[in-house]
Formats: sequence, structure tokens, C-alpha cells
Amino acid sequence: MDDEQTVKTEGGRPPANPETETLDIWVAGTEEPEFHPTDEGTQELGPDESDDRLDDQFGRVVADDYLFDDEVAEEERTVLNMGPQHPSTHGVLRLHLELEGETIRRTKPIIGYLHTGMEKTAEQLTFSQGPTNVTRMDYLAPLHGELGYSLAVERLLDVEVPPRAAAIRILMTELNRIASHLVALATNGMDIGALSMMIYGFRERESILAFFEKTTGLRMNHNYIRPGGVAADLAPGWKDDVAAILDDLPKRLRQYDDLLEKNPIWLARTKGVGVISPEEAIAYSITGPILRATGVDWDLRKAFPYSGIDQYEFEVPVGENGDVYDRYRVRVEEITESLKIVEQVMDTMPKGDYRIGDRKITPPPRARIDESMEALIHHFKLFTEGFKVPEGETYVAVESPRGELGCYVVSDGQARPYRMHTRAPSFYNLQGLPIAMADSLVADTIATIASMDPVMGDVDR
Amino acid sequence: MMTTVERAANWARTRSMFPATFGLACCAIEMMATGAAHYDLARFGMEVFRASPRQADLMIVAGRVSQKMAPVLRQVYDQMPDPKWVISMGACASTGGMFNNYALVQGVDQVVPVDIYVPGCPPGPQSLMHGILTLHDKIMAGEIVR
Amino acid sequence: MSPILAKLAERFESVTWEESHGQDVARVPGENWEAFARAAKESGFEVCADVTAVDRMRSRPERYEVVASLLSMSHRVRLRMITAVGRENPSVASLTPLWPGAGYAEREVYDMFGIGFEGHPDLTRILMPDDWEGYPLRKDFAVGSVPVQFKMSHQVN
Repeated sequence: MDDEQTVKTEGGRPPANPETETLDIWVAGTEEPEFHPTDEGTQELGPDESDDRLDDQFGRVVADDYLFDDEVAEEERTVLNMGPQHPSTHGVLRLHLELEGETIRRTKPIIGYLHTGMEKTAEQLTFSQGPTNVTRMDYLAPLHGELGYSLAVERLLDVEVPPRAAAIRILMTELNRIASHLVALATNGMDIGALSMMIYGFRERESILAFFEKTTGLRMNHNYIRPGGVAADLAPGWKDDVAAILDDLPKRLRQYDDLLEKNPIWLARTKGVGVISPEEAIAYSITGPILRATGVDWDLRKAFPYSGIDQYEFEVPVGENGDVYDRYRVRVEEITESLKIVEQVMDTMPKGDYRIGDRKITPPPRARIDESMEALIHHFKLFTEGFKVPEGETYVAVESPRGELGCYVVSDGQARPYRMHTRAPSFYNLQGLPIAMADSLVADTIATIASMDPVMGDVDR
Repeated sequence: MMTTVERAANWARTRSMFPATFGLACCAIEMMATGAAHYDLARFGMEVFRASPRQADLMIVAGRVSQKMAPVLRQVYDQMPDPKWVISMGACASTGGMFNNYALVQGVDQVVPVDIYVPGCPPGPQSLMHGILTLHDKIMAGEIVR
Repeated sequence: MSPILAKLAERFESVTWEESHGQDVARVPGENWEAFARAAKESGFEVCADVTAVDRMRSRPERYEVVASLLSMSHRVRLRMITAVGRENPSVASLTPLWPGAGYAEREVYDMFGIGFEGHPDLTRILMPDDWEGYPLRKDFAVGSVPVQFKMSHQVN
């Protein structure tokens, strides 16, 4: 203080100026004689600290975090463990993230927390018990798993199912695709913050699950598509139920579009996030909506048609940029295309048997067991020993909501598979996760994982 | 014999039990469906699934528990503060289900103490709700003393 | 047989070709595994759809079979390559340098069968816990079932 009038008091504080300050709470000169305040608590702002960092903190300037791009050595990266128990990882996926600040430099998915030994169990189950096992792998698209397995076994048996069975299979699998995409949209929305998407998605799913319960007996994990056809015919009045679904869903899809399509928060969090290029997707064996969102037009329903799906007209939606927004868009449009297929199946459902007449493979109708000894013997043999499949090996793939779901079955002439392996789409799609998450922010991780839509039952089997 | 205070405490615990998210496999989807609009869990005060076990009092083990997951399950259970309850949802959590093999823990009660077993593969939302309400009744009646 | 497969057949004489229920299968000797895969990739098989293995026990001279399913999107052709791998220190060349998508699948085959893949960037257990002993999908690894009352659990013979 240069002022001559300053009197140095013991407190180090200039005395109250009676002309300018009328209220002075601390009256200098009234401290205890031994009171010596120090400089330790004071924070002096030196001239070297008033730079952009301070401006940013004080709000004088609004800058981006990327401005402070310090070089962090690899050993100094923060390692963050996400999962296996975490609300946003879609099941038990564990991610090992190496962070520099908020930016992710490296990701390693650690899986195996849901490994159930299903391929080993498959060697213990007969061929007609097989679908109960396969259906629980990808539990959001159980009918697709059953379809892949049944097609593989039928190929080994060299049999063709009747047209009605094939049409019922397409009807059920396309409805399953819609239900699975609704869950994907619901969890995608909830993870990013649109909590009402969870309610909407599951609400629509209930009507489809009610139809499944009526037809197959179960809401999930149906064991309905079996080698030889399907387990039971469609319930009477099924056309009304399907027509109600066809009526209701397009309106609801418009509701989702109202919520999300032009929502600036949704667009900001999904556009340009989690980008995968087409070459990377092909190199990492990624299939399904993720591959189609990058711009590659590949769908097994068009390339290697199965179960008579080539008689129905539908299109395959393809994206452009391979980001989260495109994957969401591809899924929504796939729901619309599946609705078209369901309508065509409903209109053209052929009459006939819902399973092969060969009694060595499919059980006889229950009523016949009372009448015919042969029917009783067939029923007994099929449900105790099972039917024997000639030696051979084959691989059949179907297009599940997550990509190419293939089933590799090896038989050695017995009633149980010698080896059953499922080519799980989510297992391969997860390899694209580190690519999609490279150099992105932690908050984008959640959006990216949700858009990859992994089903851990499929990944770990 | 329950005192009025205990009865009041049990009433309070029952009416707002927060489940911890421990959805593992197919049963998790049915658990989500139970929390969704059609079979609303919110009417029992339970729609808030806490992500952090520190804030939860009910752990619904929904799905199959593999050998790799068992220590994680135990750790999450230990992190929950008392009073806590466990519902084992589904056949795989209760007994190992149809997967009687090397990879699964044959029944989650080998790892954590279980209060209610809900059978089914997967149990429908109505079964799960029946299990939850049975748990509520058990707590109200003082059968589970913590 | 599709034209690109015919061209591949010409280049490799040691490979035997079969048709299994309408699908083309190439039985490749172990030492040509990588060369054949590289040639297949150059002929248009952009995607390695799947890598798995089968434990044949004593029914074949070599114990394991490693099966790789390839897919060509541009030609719409599938090809299955099978090679036989012996019992002692089973090992085969890795396809990961050619198709990174085979990475996880080969780790799974290692985890389940104990077959090594030379040239794989990270050959560690993927599905079982890291300290697990044994290879579950081998035929001499028991299914590990717990005895259940009133139920005849099928045993592997």
C-alpha cells in the first residue's frame, strides 16, 4: 500500500476509512495481541496463471476440451473398467477402457460372463430337443436360432418341409425380427436418455409376444421351429391377431419418429458417433444392420434365400455413414419392411401340413396314438431315442436381427449331433466395437454399444 | 411377536424396495417387460432399478450364472447394504435349469442366500410379480428377520 | 462348382474337393492352410464367416478338424475349408492376419479345444475364466453334469 495514511496494523489490513466505509465488520486494532494471521491460506493469483484455462473456468470464454490436448504417455492413461454389471452394457459385457481425459484410446471387450456350455449340451440332446438349446442363445431372436438349426438338420436329412410350414416359419421369424428391433430401439433410446422409448418399445412388443404365446405356448424361447416343420399349426383366428398388429405398429412407428427423428439431442448424440467404415466392417466379419448401415447392401434373405422367402417382395434398407444414427434408421426401416413381409405371408398362406408327413422324423398327431399301434411306436421312439440323422456336416445361415446366424451341425449317424456350433452374429459384431469406439468420448461409448445391439447369450453361448 | 415399530419398518421396506439391475440373460428381458408399461412394477414402488448396489435392497438374479460371473455376483451382493433380499428368477438361477454342465453354477443359492425362487424358463411377468409380492408378504409377516 | 472355386482348385493340387449337401468343401493339408486361405481371399472371398473345430477322437487319423467358412459377397459363393490337426500339440496357421474377423473365433477354438494358432495376435482364453484348466469341448472332457434325482442324465461315451 502506497498510501501515506496507511497505518500498519497487526492484522495487515488497512484501517477503515470513515469517509468511504461506514460499516466495517472487522475493526482493525481489536485483535488479540498474540494474533498473527499468516499468508498460508491466501491464494495469490500470479500473472502466469491468467491464461485460457482460467478464462474457461471463469466463463469468460467457452472453449472445447479438445483445446487442451496434452500429450499423455501410454503408461499414464487411466484404465476404466466398465461392467460386467452395469445398466448400459446390454447384459454382462465387460469393457476395459484406456482413457486420456475423456477420450478413449483403446478398448478391450472381455466376454465369457454368460458362457453356458450350450455347444457341449447340444451333444447331449437329441436332434428334436436341439431347438430348446439353440433358442436360448440369441434370446431376443429365438425363432431365428431355431430356424438355422432346423434348416441344417433338414439338409442333413435331405428333406423339404411343406410350403405351409415354410410360410409359417417366415411369418414367425419376421415377427420376431420386429420384436427384436423394438427391444433394440427401446434400449438404445433409454441408454441415450429418451426414457420413454423403453416404455414404447416394450409396449409394442407385448402385442407380438401375445401372438407368440397363442401360437407357440411361450412368450420367449419358444422351441417352435423344429426339424421337420413347426411344432403346432397356427391358432384359429390368427389372421385377426396379425391384422391387429399390422394395423397398430405403423402408427406407433410414427410416434417414435416424432420423438426421435428430428430431436436435436438425439441427432447430436447419434450423428457421427461410433463410425465404422465398410472396409472395416467386412474385414471384421460384421453382418446385419451394422454392415448395412455402413453402406454395404448385403442381406442373406436376398443373397441366399431360405424357407421360401424369395417369394415375398421387400426391400433392404441401407445406410450411408455407418454411425449410430444410421444403424437406428436401418432398424426402424427394417421393421417396416418386415411388416410388409408379414402382410404378404398372411395374404398368401398356403394350406396343408405344418410338418413333414414322415413319421420317422415328426411325431404323429396325438389323436392317432389311440388308434394306431404304429403311431404309438413312432411317438415312443421319437421322444425317447430320437431320430437318427445320416453322417455328414453342413452349415446353414439365416439373417437374424443381428446379422448372419449360422449353424454348423456334424452328425455321425446317431440320434444326437456329434458337434453343433452356432456362428453367433453378436460375437463377430463385438469385434467392431473397439473400432467404433476409437478416439471417441466416454459418453459416446454408451450410444455405440447400444447401437451394436449385442446379445450376450449369443456372444458367449 | 412384532412390535409396532418393527411392523412399521417392515411396511416401509416393502412399499419401496429398489431392485438392483442384475439381469443376465433371457430372464432379464422378462424382468424389463415386468417393469415396462403393460405389467407395471411402478405400482409397487419398484420401477427404479438402481444401477449401484449401494442404493438397492433387492437383487433379482435374472438369468444363468456362469463360473466366471459367480465372484462378481457375490461381490455385488456384498456391496448391498442391509436389509437385502434376493430373488432367484428363472430355472437357471434356481437350479442351473436345462444346462446341467461345467459352465454354470447349478443354482445361485450356492453363492448367495436366496429368499424367493421363481420358476419358469423364462417366468412370465405375472410369475415374477407373484414372486415379488410373496416376498413382500413374507417381510410384512415378519418371516424374514434381518 | 463356381468358376472362382474351379480356378482355386487348379492352383492347389494337394487340396481335395467334396460336395456336402450342396455346399463346396475343400480339404486342405495343414501346411497349405495359410496359402490356400490367402489365395481364396485374393479370388474374392472377402469375409471369413466362421472358424470352428471338431474333435474326431479316434475315428480319423488326425484328431481335430479345423473348419473355416468363407463367404464371397461379390460372387455370392460360400466355401468351407477343413484341415486335419494332430493330437500332439495341435496347431495351425492363424487366419487373423488375413481376416481380422477371425480373431475372436480362433481364440474360442483355442479356449474350447486347445488348438494353437500361429500368428494370432492375442491367443488367450475368451469364454472360460483365465485360470480354467482343461478344454471343455474336447470329447474327453466330461460334460460336468450334477446328478439329478429321477433323471437319467445322458453321459458322453
